[in-house]
Amino acid sequence: MAWKLDGTRSIHSQLTAVIRGRIISGYYPPGSRLASVRELAEEAGVNPNTMQRALAELESTGVIFSQRTSGRFVTADLSVIKSLRLEEAERSVRTFVDEMRGLGLSAEEAEEMVRNYVESTGKEPAGSAGESGQAMSACESEVDV
Amino acid sequence: MSVIFECRKLTKQFGTVTALNNVDLTLETGRIVGLLGPNGSGKTTLLKLANGLLKPTSGEILINGIKPGPVTKSFVSYLPDANYLMDWMKVSTLVEFFRDFYRDFDAQRAFDLLADLGVPADAPLKTLSKGNKEKVQLILAMSRRAYVYFLDEPIGGVDPAARDYILGTILRNYSENALVLISTHLIADVERVLDEAVLLNSGMVMDHRPVDDIRETHGMSVDEYFREVFRCSVNY
Repeated sequence: MAWKLDGTRSIHSQLTAVIRGRIISGYYPPGSRLASVRELAEEAGVNPNTMQRALAELESTGVIFSQRTSGRFVTADLSVIKSLRLEEAERSVRTFVDEMRGLGLSAEEAEEMVRNYVESTGKEPAGSAGESGQAMSACESEVDV
Repeated sequence: MSVIFECRKLTKQFGTVTALNNVDLTLETGRIVGLLGPNGSGKTTLLKLANGLLKPTSGEILINGIKPGPVTKSFVSYLPDANYLMDWMKVSTLVEFFRDFYRDFDAQRAFDLLADLGVPADAPLKTLSKGNKEKVQLILAMSRRAYVYFLDEPIGGVDPAARDYILGTILRNYSENALVLISTHLIADVERVLDEAVLLNSGMVMDHRPVDDIRETHGMSVDEYFREVFRCSVNY
């Protein structure tokens, strides 16, 4: 997940979104140490104070934690990461459903399209196979509105 | 974080023209601040006053509590908006020249930056393109370990790839003890590196806020906000 920032939201909230995405995908594995604020800021091309704020926000929600002397770490608590994943999936579902509604598709049509697409691309895409299956079932139940 | 730059009721008039009008502005260390505003809003005048090139008509300007002068020049690095280097000098000679002039100048850093940006160090300045001349001035300014950097349009004349590199250099150079004040029109390019934006209009500070405040409050980038705010003042 690249540091793509747009003009619609605050920079720090977009940074937290990228870092959350990286934790969910395993790019930052559970329990791993994060680079320093300075390094992350430079990588993202943002102000260090803004990066600091993004990390503080993630810290307050328990997604990352800091140890005084050795830096910041991704939580090792898999249930936290799992709920993060579900939150993210729900957000995608909401966007998807809103767009389908905007296009005037019925719930059944949308559902069918999702099923067809999943079948055509193979049931378990590379990456976090089991987890994406979970996200998909959440998706199906939400479309049914 | 401590106050390092302060304007109190700062006014500058050129004859009947008021370039800066009663400006109150306080900036702290550890910040990268954008000085934004349309042409003729007073950005360059403010930076010239901060560097002692102009004297205030009234009010005062203080850098670390001191009026601009020889003492402040020892810890303030200034990139003016004009070419001021002697162009018969070789780039490498200019680096030596700066090393002799400023105790906080890091020549190795200057040569590294020149190499990274592909500027030939052994060429006389006058043989370089406009963009490369600007890069040399910026590199010299950024190679000082100063407490205050005043950069007047640092990226205006350089290509987008070099812009990214230069902004990266500003980030790498970030220090909790230093203030960087960047005047520019290229808001979209710089806004992600900024903490705060100071919006000048007709010689007055019309807004001074954290960048993310502007984005959150108005739901748009500072660049878009700027375009919107200043669109209103245009009469076709």
